[in-house]
Amino acid sequence: MNNADTILKLSNIKKSFPGVRALKNVSLDVKRGEVHALIGENGAGKSTLIKIITGAYVPDSGIITFEEQEYTSLTPHLAISLGIGAVYQEFTLAPTLSVAENIFLGQKVNEGIVRDYKLMCKKAGEIIGRLGVTINPRQLVRNLSVAYKQLIEICKCLAQNSKFLIMDEPTAPLTDEEVDQLFKIIEELKAQGITIIYISHRLDEIFRVSDRVTVMRDGEIITTKNIDEVDKPQLIKYMVGRELSERFPERKESYGDIALEVKDLVGGGVGPVSFKLKKGEILGISGLVGAGRTELAEMIFGAARKDSGEIYVDGQRADIRSPHDAIRHGIGLVCEDRKSKGLLLRKSVGFNISLPIIELLSRLTVVDSGTEKEVINKQINNLDIKTPSAYQLTGNLSGGNQQKVVLGKWLANDSDILILDEPTRGIDVGSKHEIYKLINGLAEEGKAIIVISSEMEEMLGLTDRMIILYEGSYMTTLEKEDYSQELILQYASGETSLIKGYN
Amino acid sequence: MKSFRIRNFVKEYSILFVLLLLAAVFTIGNSKFLTFSNFITIMRQSAIMGICGIGIMFCMIAGGINLAVGSILSIVTVLVAVWTVNWGQNWVVGMILAVIVSGIIGAIQGFIIVKGRINPMIGSLAIQMILSGTAYIICGGLPIFGIPQESKVLGQGFIWKIPVPVVILVIVAAAAAFLFSKTYMGRKIFAAGSNDEAARLAGINTTRVRIISYTICAILCGIAGIIQYGRLGSGQPGAGSEIEMNVLAAVVIGGVSMAGGEGKVFKAFLGVFLINMLINGMTLLNINDYVQRVVRGFIFLGAVLLDSYQHNKGVVTVKSVETDKGDDSSV
Repeated sequence: MNNADTILKLSNIKKSFPGVRALKNVSLDVKRGEVHALIGENGAGKSTLIKIITGAYVPDSGIITFEEQEYTSLTPHLAISLGIGAVYQEFTLAPTLSVAENIFLGQKVNEGIVRDYKLMCKKAGEIIGRLGVTINPRQLVRNLSVAYKQLIEICKCLAQNSKFLIMDEPTAPLTDEEVDQLFKIIEELKAQGITIIYISHRLDEIFRVSDRVTVMRDGEIITTKNIDEVDKPQLIKYMVGRELSERFPERKESYGDIALEVKDLVGGGVGPVSFKLKKGEILGISGLVGAGRTELAEMIFGAARKDSGEIYVDGQRADIRSPHDAIRHGIGLVCEDRKSKGLLLRKSVGFNISLPIIELLSRLTVVDSGTEKEVINKQINNLDIKTPSAYQLTGNLSGGNQQKVVLGKWLANDSDILILDEPTRGIDVGSKHEIYKLINGLAEEGKAIIVISSEMEEMLGLTDRMIILYEGSYMTTLEKEDYSQELILQYASGETSLIKGYN
Repeated sequence: MKSFRIRNFVKEYSILFVLLLLAAVFTIGNSKFLTFSNFITIMRQSAIMGICGIGIMFCMIAGGINLAVGSILSIVTVLVAVWTVNWGQNWVVGMILAVIVSGIIGAIQGFIIVKGRINPMIGSLAIQMILSGTAYIICGGLPIFGIPQESKVLGQGFIWKIPVPVVILVIVAAAAAFLFSKTYMGRKIFAAGSNDEAARLAGINTTRVRIISYTICAILCGIAGIIQYGRLGSGQPGAGSEIEMNVLAAVVIGGVSMAGGEGKVFKAFLGVFLINMLINGMTLLNINDYVQRVVRGFIFLGAVLLDSYQHNKGVVTVKSVETDKGDDSSV
């Protein structure tokens, strides 16, 4: 590196959220003009770190030094005025405005109260030119392709005179050619002296674009290396080398017949995926965020449209077109997003539990309130839901108890196949253990269970078998005896070329 | 425990205290206010609005809204009048047909709004214009007089000392309360309005539920229409004009949430009663009609603000919990 002074220095940054220590004493140096890759598993703390740098979060303690100035925290406004810009996976563009208007959104290009649109377009054209591409500044953003929209995001940062650019998974929505183009642009920006923090799940890219790489795990920085000092297997080792701290309850494994079979399921950018699930078995669906795990679950449940493929329940072909169909076939989905999809927070615990079977509890359209109460109380007691009564609003319960209400919903329906998408998200450690015990108990009772989790520990501790997805494609199935963190992460990062060395 | 229950009741039915306070003011202002005959007058005026209000409740609890309430009512009075006066047919059959027609109108309206995914406020406003225009076209812009005397019974009759419209209101209200609290359709309506996606994922066909809510709403407006026909003794294309805003204001005052998923029949009726009592009381106090409009507008605004405050209070806490947790998982 020709210019080796430090532009950003983080010293002893700590940040906690209720129940989670997201960052435990993080220190990081970023040199001026480098492309610095930041990698780590789901939940390693990358996003929290980025949000602290862009001023979205205030750290609990620690010092941020940017160009020799010390700060205890930044605000989004301050970060922008310092020249820190970020390009996120989700775009923040106004689709009905032109390219030029988007680039200068919130900024004045000329004095006075009348906007000089000609000048704006001219200046926008200059900025676009810096990336070595041509886009008509007068074009509406909604007519651009995803790749171009992303470039407009970068231009927006440049218009704000950013000299420090954070790119969060920029290649996720791009095609291969577009990725090549983006890398050229990154080279271009680097040549102009702009520092870049580059976050990606794709290890290949890290080796292609970055100068140095920092690996995070469990809210800590494991190491920072020059890219030519490391290889992929080493990086993967750094990412996974965690101790299994959580004790998972023991479970007697006894499998029954095949409860669910999925054949060549395709849809929503996922597939084809095929698997079989036995009664009493817990199958994991593993993969990084964006690998299509939730999409697969929603397709099986009928909540998302499938393009092709077949689903068999208990050996019978099941024609599932809506959640209603899936529920009648005894499938239950515990959603990733409990609060907005899993529960009616403004309705009572009892209302939620009996909702999927309310029609079955009715005689001549009138709800049989005696039977309903029995059903509700049975679930409250069996699952040990901590609530003053069945009439309590669900929104007033703790995360763990809310999750039990969701489970209670499906158990009341006698669902034999349960799909649990991030079953312990936002739940404190004590309740997590309780949920694990519950899941194990359900498997012992003969329920067929699918677990999706971003927490490696959970996947290793709970599941008997796992299928691994990478960007929507089925990679492999691992049996419990073959579980290893390295292997899982390799498949989940799409690194099939390395795997032969392990076998 | 007991004090808790009382506090809850006070919070839930604070509208009752407003009602009593206003009644006291009006009683002091005019001695005619607190008489049985005046009470019956207010009740009679509340009947049509109350039935429409219960109708609009169905739409609102299911997460929509219906501003076509008044125009359905108008078109029904005209249709029955055409049937009985111009065609000389049996009035009972005419009324039954009119209610069926309004149900069909509601189903079509619901289908368009829900399937077309249009904003229900705007969608129903457009339908309101279409229907009220149609009502004027059918009767050539003039009221249709000369309806059979006996067909006025639903609007003007009495059962013992109680006006027939009030009796119908009580029946409709009881049926609606039963449907909301005791039947599975009621649960589904509440679920769809409370959180559409969560309800869908619990296996509820929320599209169908919404369309049904519009249909029920229109049927009730049809019933209100045949009462209005009897009261006016004619078919009037303007019979229900502007009633939707009063009805909407009344049920929101009565605690039906603009955001869906919340509302009680009795409380909503209290809102309707309050509005009518206000109109009645202000008239007895010789308050100018234009001033009355302004007062009603302010009360409506206050109710909507209160509703929004109560709703967002909940949302904010929910959201803050989410952002705290969303982080570690989205990495």
